[in-house]
Amino acid sequence: MSTLNLTANIDRPDDFYADLLALHEGRSKEESDAINARLVLILANHIGDRAILKQALDAAAS
Amino acid sequence: MFDERYALAFKAYPYERNADQDAATPVRHPVVVMGGGPVGIATALDLGRQNIPVVVLDDHEGVGMGSRAICFAKRSLEIADRYGCGERMVDKGVVWNIGKVFHEDRQVFEFNLLPEEGHKFPAFINMQQPYFEQFMIERAFDLQAQGAPIQIRGKNRVEGVEVKDDHVIITILTPDGPYTLEADWLIGCDGANSPLRGMLDLDFTGRVFQDNFLIADIKMINTKFPTERWFWFDPPFKSAGASTLLHKQPDDIWRVDFQIGWDIDRSEEMKEENIRARLDAFLGADVEYELVWSSIYTFQCKRMETFRKGPVIFAGDAAHQVSPFGARGANSGMQDADNLGWKLGLVVANKAPASLIDTYNDERMFGADENILNSTRSTDFITPKSDTSRLFRDAVLHLSERYEFARPLVNSGRLSLPCIYDGSPLNSADALPAGPARTRPGAPCPDAPLGEGYLLALLGDGFTVLALETDVPESLTEGGITAKAVSLSAEDDPSGQLAARYLGDTKSAVYLIRPDQHVAARMATFDEEALRAAIRRATGQEATA
Ligand SMILES: Cc1cc2nc3c(=O)[nH]c(=O)nc-3n(C[C@H](O)[C@H](O)[C@H](O)COP(=O)(O)OP(=O)(O)OC[C@H]3O[C@@H](n4cnc5c(N)ncnc54)[C@H](O)[C@@H]3O)c2cc1C
Repeated sequence: MSTLNLTANIDRPDDFYADLLALHEGRSKEESDAINARLVLILANHIGDRAILKQALDAAAS
Repeated sequence: MFDERYALAFKAYPYERNADQDAATPVRHPVVVMGGGPVGIATALDLGRQNIPVVVLDDHEGVGMGSRAICFAKRSLEIADRYGCGERMVDKGVVWNIGKVFHEDRQVFEFNLLPEEGHKFPAFINMQQPYFEQFMIERAFDLQAQGAPIQIRGKNRVEGVEVKDDHVIITILTPDGPYTLEADWLIGCDGANSPLRGMLDLDFTGRVFQDNFLIADIKMINTKFPTERWFWFDPPFKSAGASTLLHKQPDDIWRVDFQIGWDIDRSEEMKEENIRARLDAFLGADVEYELVWSSIYTFQCKRMETFRKGPVIFAGDAAHQVSPFGARGANSGMQDADNLGWKLGLVVANKAPASLIDTYNDERMFGADENILNSTRSTDFITPKSDTSRLFRDAVLHLSERYEFARPLVNSGRLSLPCIYDGSPLNSADALPAGPARTRPGAPCPDAPLGEGYLLALLGDGFTVLALETDVPESLTEGGITAKAVSLSAEDDPSGQLAARYLGDTKSAVYLIRPDQHVAARMATFDEEALRAAIRRATGQEATA
């Protein structure tokens, strides 16, 4: 079974984190929430594998 | 006084006094059906065609006004075709393939259903429920004229039942007063509010959805609207509702469905001027139409704990109720009748043990749960129950405009597909595991073209041994049940669909097919012992695995 990668996997993590914050810069809570929801869906579709997605849902909830 | 609860679309079985009313002692019938809705009539057709006497008691004299169901799925049409009235339905119905999804002020995408080729019937048709019922009732009268033992008694209201071990005593009210009947089996097809459930004090549990829907059937005047389905999430014309659905029915009638919220004043909303205000906001003030019928409904997703209580069996809305999204009410009720008919027929004819009826419960409970799951999911998408649920719903709609990946997540009702009875006690283990998954034991047989005709016309009613690319004897009789053979070759269908659906990568196949056209067993070549065992198993004569 495929396993969710929970070890560091993002190149230059500070840059990614800054991009994530920049995306929300100056937006209302409502806009940001909507963007986050879209982001979750886009990333989930990219992963596609239901087993991985299930592990990710569980990891997020724990 | 005999009061009527609803107006009729048309009268079909006016009250007539019958001999049972004058009998000195209650007359015993093998099967009595309570309720002459689509499911009760379908059950009567199934039994009557098997020459099993059946009496339908309905508290009205025909079909109720108002169209209610409008989407009838392929499987319902196939079942109706087996009963002899499927073709009339497709001739009358509207077939559509283009759907459009709107969100707020714009169209987000358009889809084409691209139905699979090689089936006699389309994926579904749109048609007013009264036509669906009418065609079945007329078929029942045809069969009756040919000698089929079907009786439909109008204005015969079941008022009380007394359940014994092996029969039911039924008290019936008519305009001439009450009378009593006895039945070996009583089938409750008395609708979502089932008085029979109440009389027997049986539970009906599940979820109630706090929303009202206003439906209006309108006849367009001088306007050509395309034959498409429009589903509008959060339309900008707020007065039209939180979501709005438009689709076409025969006779230039359009169904408009407005989600109007929980706290409403029903009588205000039902005023023609207020309905017109919503319609005008939706269609534009310049579109002319005539208001044909309207109603407000709420819905619930509920089912009984068990569909059988001794000699009483429940089917259709009485047994399970779903939201209208996904058109699973009447469609699943047709599958109930299809499933129950042959089993009850064999039991009444003493060809199978009464325990066969319990497999109706197993299989249709499985179907009901699948339908409730699907329709609950559609409902959660259409009417989000929390802020977060709405957030994701809106995100899906937003993304669907630009990205194809999000479109399959848009759920404005999933098409009703017949249930595959995986794990049914009537199935024999799959002895052709390399065969196509869609024709595994428990699956309904998919249709396939055969020259001028179609495969399904050769299957069903009795048991069938379907052989492809291999020899089988003309018939096989086991435990009083005869299965007739249908032998075909892949070449009988040059389009290759027969082979794709029944052979896949295998060279030959033998299927045992039930009277309701579901697969009971399959294997590569004729194996007499295995087929005999499969017939016993599929008729409840052999309980072990
Ligand atoms: C707005 C709306 C849209 C829908 N759309 C769809 C759709 O597109 N596709 C779909 O498949 N389904 C749809 N449905 C569901 C569909 O209408 C029902 O599932 C279907 O009518 C159920 O059939 P039935 O025979 O079980 O019950 P019913 O049609 O309710 O019939 C019950 C019968 O029993 C009779 N009866 C009741 N009490 C007694 C008594 N005491 N004695 C004798 N007779 C009695 C009644 O008079 C009635 O004739 C929709 C429903 C609604 C409300």
